[in-house]
Amino acid sequence: MDVLMTSVATLFRNAVLRRAVRPIAPLVALLAASTACAPSTPASSVPTPGGMMSGAAPSPDPRIGLRAGVFNAAEAAWNLRLVSTTPPSDAFVGKWNSDLAFLGNYVIQGSFHGFQVWDISNVASPSLVKAFECPASQSDVSVYKNLLFVSGEGMEGRLDCGNEGVATAVSKDRLRGIRIFDITDIRNPKYVSNVQTCRGSHTHSVLVDPSDTENVYVYVSGSAPVRPATELDGCSGAPPSTAPNSALFRIEVIKVPLADPTKAAIVNSPRIFTGLVKPPTHGMAPADRAEIDRARARGAFIAEVMGETMVLPDQFAAAQLAAIVRQRNGTGAATAADSATLRAGIPAIVAQMMGPTDANLGPNQCHDITLFPAIGLAGGACEGYGLLLDIKDPANPRRLAAVSDSNFAYWHSATFNNDGSKVIFTDEWGGGTGAKCRDSDPMSWGANAIFTVANGNMTFQSYYKLPAEQTAVENCVAHNGSLIPIPGRDVMVQSWYQGGISIFDFTDPKNPREIAYHDRGPINASTMETAGSWSVYWYNGVLVSSEIARGLDIFELQPSAHISQNEIDAAKTVRFDYLNAQGQPKLVWPPSFARSKALLDQLVRSNGLDAGRISAVRTALTNAERATGSARRDALSQLATTLEGDARGATDGAKVRMLAESVKELANATR
Amino acid sequence: MLRLTLLSTWVGQFILGSAVVASSACATTPRADHAATQPVQTDAAEREALYRARLDSARVRFTGADVRFMTNMIGHHAQALTMAKLAPTRGASPTIQVLAARILNAQTDEIGIMQRWLRARDQPVPNVDSASPGRMSPSGASGASGASGAHAAHAMMPGMLSDAQLAQLAAARGEEFDRLFLTFMVAHHKGAVVMVDELFATDGAGQDTDVFRFASDVQVDQRTEVARMELMLKALASPSGH
Repeated sequence: MDVLMTSVATLFRNAVLRRAVRPIAPLVALLAASTACAPSTPASSVPTPGGMMSGAAPSPDPRIGLRAGVFNAAEAAWNLRLVSTTPPSDAFVGKWNSDLAFLGNYVIQGSFHGFQVWDISNVASPSLVKAFECPASQSDVSVYKNLLFVSGEGMEGRLDCGNEGVATAVSKDRLRGIRIFDITDIRNPKYVSNVQTCRGSHTHSVLVDPSDTENVYVYVSGSAPVRPATELDGCSGAPPSTAPNSALFRIEVIKVPLADPTKAAIVNSPRIFTGLVKPPTHGMAPADRAEIDRARARGAFIAEVMGETMVLPDQFAAAQLAAIVRQRNGTGAATAADSATLRAGIPAIVAQMMGPTDANLGPNQCHDITLFPAIGLAGGACEGYGLLLDIKDPANPRRLAAVSDSNFAYWHSATFNNDGSKVIFTDEWGGGTGAKCRDSDPMSWGANAIFTVANGNMTFQSYYKLPAEQTAVENCVAHNGSLIPIPGRDVMVQSWYQGGISIFDFTDPKNPREIAYHDRGPINASTMETAGSWSVYWYNGVLVSSEIARGLDIFELQPSAHISQNEIDAAKTVRFDYLNAQGQPKLVWPPSFARSKALLDQLVRSNGLDAGRISAVRTALTNAERATGSARRDALSQLATTLEGDARGATDGAKVRMLAESVKELANATR
Repeated sequence: MLRLTLLSTWVGQFILGSAVVASSACATTPRADHAATQPVQTDAAEREALYRARLDSARVRFTGADVRFMTNMIGHHAQALTMAKLAPTRGASPTIQVLAARILNAQTDEIGIMQRWLRARDQPVPNVDSASPGRMSPSGASGASGASGAHAAHAMMPGMLSDAQLAQLAAARGEEFDRLFLTFMVAHHKGAVVMVDELFATDGAGQDTDVFRFASDVQVDQRTEVARMELMLKALASPSGH
């Protein structure tokens, strides 16, 4: 064993530093100023003929060197248009805006000062419906039907929504947990109930169980220190080994009866972290992976040690093989059977080396849990780990898998792609108030990590970090976002605080690419002041962003080589009645010509189908759109059949089949 | 020290508060309490003045406990920097080097946050002395606590290494350095978590959004890192054990 032990130590020492260092981006002249309230001019706005135009991003990157300003900072945009910026209502100026929830034509914008309700029927000019003052950090918001849920975590939150804070460390006036409002009349929210929790609520997620129409469930994540039992009965911050009822190492599940939300209460505090001791690991860089592959190809012995794939040194492998030969009382060189024995035995040898696991290690809270009830899964971003949870039994979430990554400081949030085959975790390194997008900050720190999901397991694919360096006075790190419903692709829009918003395509999870962005100059040129986009979500055709200091931004996608007009039109066919981004909805595209044309544009972009056939299909679609009734239906049915045949010989058969399916659905929907 | 004692009462808070308000642009902008009832939307310039005034008035809501926490944590972080800076020259493993680099990056930035917080509230701002890393020195004429006072405060802070321990770490090489680094840093981080717990257990503390956010972040980040380091330590201990 000594040989192995020494070898492992050597392996650690020899492990490659997997830091991506970004190239130094050149400085550019300041962009022309644009004022805050007037609609801005898009930095690039070009029509796209079937996605054949150049897709090169502006160079040098116009996000670098933007002039600072509170309400008049310079802006840069690519493939996006800022439709409107609405400053906070007066009472909310100088307070921090936080997360967003959507209901019908309303946006509810959380704030450390309460929440504001905006009517966005006219996206060019949102109107204030209600400014509800009720201070608490960080006022994460969610809606369901007539109910609004608001998180309170800080020491200053009061049950009576007062402004004066709470003067003592133990107080019956303090609210840390979930506030529940009845918004039947959204102009007049009624504060109907609270659920107090031991660690308060930093964030929460509302679970709408498809099989339970009478209740919703709220998963509460609270990462602040535990309240004293003198303030909230039963709270204990001692470890579970000495306090079985410890508020550490668990989340809270609140059940909210829709008929009587005042009866909302904690129904379970599942300990989803038990036994989580997988050591820190990070995805391998392509070069490392290639090295392992080469080693594997030449027959080297590979071990998983501390979550890292490592090649066992030949000398060590030879010693182990010799031991195996001795053990079977053999002599001479090791046989193929001996090699197989060693290969099979490596995990056990490593496990023995690592010793027994310790139940008190691992995370003791989650920051955020994204629930995806349509596929029965949740992604938990929990301190040093990313968890995959089974949520089919809403009150009893069960851990399926866990990943960790030595490049990740703090697992913050999760977003699935639409079929649940991928999940993106974010690393909020530095807590969101630090400047972590400077030239000197590695591209794998404070980034997204993209994983594939299969059979309840997650496999690392790549990192994605805002590819534009920011100044040392701009807080910047990966934060909240959502999918953009472009059929046939995985596209996400994401906030990076003062790094602005970035839209990226992760259809190929190994090669995420930025395809649009918006950024402002720092809010303060000389010192760090917290600002920037807290969260940005796609909602019914537009992108709505909560700017911490500047207010509510609404954007539209602009057609480009990366996103065609047809793809934008198809995205706009997806409509929500309400949206909580942490309760991820399954995207469903109703049959439309836009959807089929979007898929066709994607085949153009990828050369996935013969150019002549693409042209013929486009003509057929145009003709079918001009026709009506049975003529249209028959033309579409025929086209779908032809496409099924095309799929067999196409470079991208899967996409052609997807197109055939969408044309067939369109035919079936034609009357 | 007198100043800190005075600040530890709500009285001190209000004295300071009025000083800040008087020196800000508040006189020409609507007061926070009445802004909500103003029916007319302000224009961009007025809004910016209001924004600045709000930030100024938000700086009033702090106590002596908040100031002590921010002041002491600078010294606490400074020692973590001293430890982390050793890694590249002591034959630390790549894993430890990455960890040390991240601690260096994170805590350098956090020291900046704390210094800005104190400066904005007209409090003495400890510098991290580059000539003698890990030691704080007062800056400017307003420094109320001298270097010796700062040092004494260090010794009382949970998780701080003694001079002998620092010397032991500096003298270690290779795997021995890794083990000591993890052992000392786990204790050091746990000390920071204790400081946050103590802060929130103090009447009136943590009402300031910046303090609450910052202290909560320190608490979760360092707790997360402690868990990671304990696993690394365990893994390090096993192979070289028996």
